[in-house]
Amino acid sequence: MINKLVVANLKHRPVRTLLSVLAIGVEVTMMLTLVGLSEGMLEDSARRARGVGADIIVRAPGTSLMSLSSASMPQKLMDFFAGQPHVALAAGTVVHPIGGVNTVTGIDLDEFNRISGGFKYISGGPFRRPDDIIVDDFYAVQNKLSVGSTVNLMNRNWRVCGIVEPGKLARIVIPRATLQDLAGATGKLSQIFLKLDTPAHTNQVIAALKEKLPDYQMYSIEELTSLYSVSNVPGLSAFIGVIIGLSIVVGFLVVFLSMYTAVLERTREVGILKALGASPGYVLGIVFRETVLLALAGSLLGIVLTYGSRWLIMTLVPASLTQKIVPAWWPIAGAIAVFGALIGAMYPAWKAARQDAIEALSYE
Amino acid sequence: MSNGELVIQARDVRKVFRVGDVEVHALRGVSLDVRRGEFVSVIGPSGSGKSTFFHILGGLTPPTSGSIHIHGKDLRAMSEADRTELRKKEVGFVFQKYNLLPTLTAADNIAIARHIAGTEDGDDRQFREVLGLLGISGRLGHKPAALSGGEQQRVAIARAIVNRPSILLADEPTGNLDTENSAAVLALLRDLNARLGQTILMITHNPEAAAYGSRTVEMRDGRIV
Ligand SMILES: Nc1ncnc2c1ncn2[C@@H]1O[C@H](COP(=O)(O)OP(=O)(O)OP(=O)(O)O)[C@@H](O)[C@H]1O
Ligand SMILES: [Mg+2]
Repeated sequence: MINKLVVANLKHRPVRTLLSVLAIGVEVTMMLTLVGLSEGMLEDSARRARGVGADIIVRAPGTSLMSLSSASMPQKLMDFFAGQPHVALAAGTVVHPIGGVNTVTGIDLDEFNRISGGFKYISGGPFRRPDDIIVDDFYAVQNKLSVGSTVNLMNRNWRVCGIVEPGKLARIVIPRATLQDLAGATGKLSQIFLKLDTPAHTNQVIAALKEKLPDYQMYSIEELTSLYSVSNVPGLSAFIGVIIGLSIVVGFLVVFLSMYTAVLERTREVGILKALGASPGYVLGIVFRETVLLALAGSLLGIVLTYGSRWLIMTLVPASLTQKIVPAWWPIAGAIAVFGALIGAMYPAWKAARQDAIEALSYE
Repeated sequence: MSNGELVIQARDVRKVFRVGDVEVHALRGVSLDVRRGEFVSVIGPSGSGKSTFFHILGGLTPPTSGSIHIHGKDLRAMSEADRTELRKKEVGFVFQKYNLLPTLTAADNIAIARHIAGTEDGDDRQFREVLGLLGISGRLGHKPAALSGGEQQRVAIARAIVNRPSILLADEPTGNLDTENSAAVLALLRDLNARLGQTILMITHNPEAAAYGSRTVEMRDGRIV
């Protein structure tokens, strides 16, 4: 019965109800999209790192895994690694930022093909000239590129020679020597991938290598991909926290205003309920139930909107952003929305519950 | 009927409202006995304290002094929670207008009173009996806005008595109605009183309406004369 009243009340003011639900929906989408982007992009990076097919990654001393490191390892290290026990193959890359979250990676194609089994070309083929560029399908679609197109990166024109399936190392690759020249890092590498003859020996090999090169950062690829998590990206957890905080504030304000006006316009109804013997708790219950219903409807809408935002991202900028749908966060975002809404409803509910019945009934 | 048990026993009830520095003496010593099954009409000029007296009887507000027993329960000793309980079980209210919850249908307006009292799942016979007396069985699915004033008042009366209260307090129930609708509402009250033995107190300004009651008391300046 009380639920009937709650639903009837919400239906009585459809525009206010829809706007409240929409606002909570946007609040929930905001959280879910951010989390989905964070996890999506990290997963994408992890997938590309695994796609290289290596067992160990080596980086220069003092670099951080999550930030770009300039090319600072001497290329001669490759020969050293190649001579170590169990190391079957080595491939060195140079990574260069080109703004935003995008990077260009310089590779030696032969070396890379040996370690990874090679790119799968959707169209075109390997580098033939120093200014050739290989991009993955997402990047090609986003920038409307086809084989033979010209791309301007780092103030230079490049010719697209191949478009490949995504998921290996990087979205944009160019010949290593060209990038080393451009970045002023001739003979230097950002990272070295090692492939072992027996992957089961990975940990022993890392231990042995660390004894010889104690300052260098070495991770198994498994370890590396497990490090691609929200908590390991500097500032990301704090950023998500701030967005969640803002979401709670938005939910609080929307529900506060919505329920406050609802309670004001229902002064007389509250008086009637009290004359019928409704306790303050009963009145409180009605307001809170309405609030929870609004928040749950908003959460559902927010989840649906998340699919919309993912579709938008996939359609417009598939190469720059990857949004994952994270169902594990649905109940969390829903609970946050309900929590913010309940705080917002607190004052209106209290005001309704302690309303004097006679005053309410003489109110016209 | 007048030798039934005492349902209302009010002795020297006073009510003083303080508005800023001014004291308004709304009730100046009201004493009244009402027995089970009586239909009492309360008349008197505007401002004589009729509504205030009803609000006290119904536990909407406490008296300043004096003693009141409803069905043997002492109102003076009641906490806010006790008065809520009293409104739930012992008294039913009908007001002059805007009695119904506008978002619910007539039937649901009645049902919510049962829900509040916790008698929802109880015997449905009394519910149907009341609905039968209303004479608007075909319009119970409508919302208040689609009902005439008389129909709304009859629904409000049904809601007020659906939990079988000891007393029904009706404050000018026909004050807002035309002659025809007034007659229907008054007839309903008379039926309830005659057939179910419902004890009723009704405030009215209209002598014709007052004549429906079995007894009339008059208030003036906060007293019964
Ligand atoms: N909440 C209140 N605060 C201050 N004064 C009040 C309050 N309620 C009633 N009064 C005063 O108490 C007196 C009695 O009012 P009451 O409403 O009981 O009269 P009434 O007999 O019902 O009048 P009417 O026939 O106009 O309805 C009036 O002078 C009124 O102004
Ligand atoms: Mg009055």
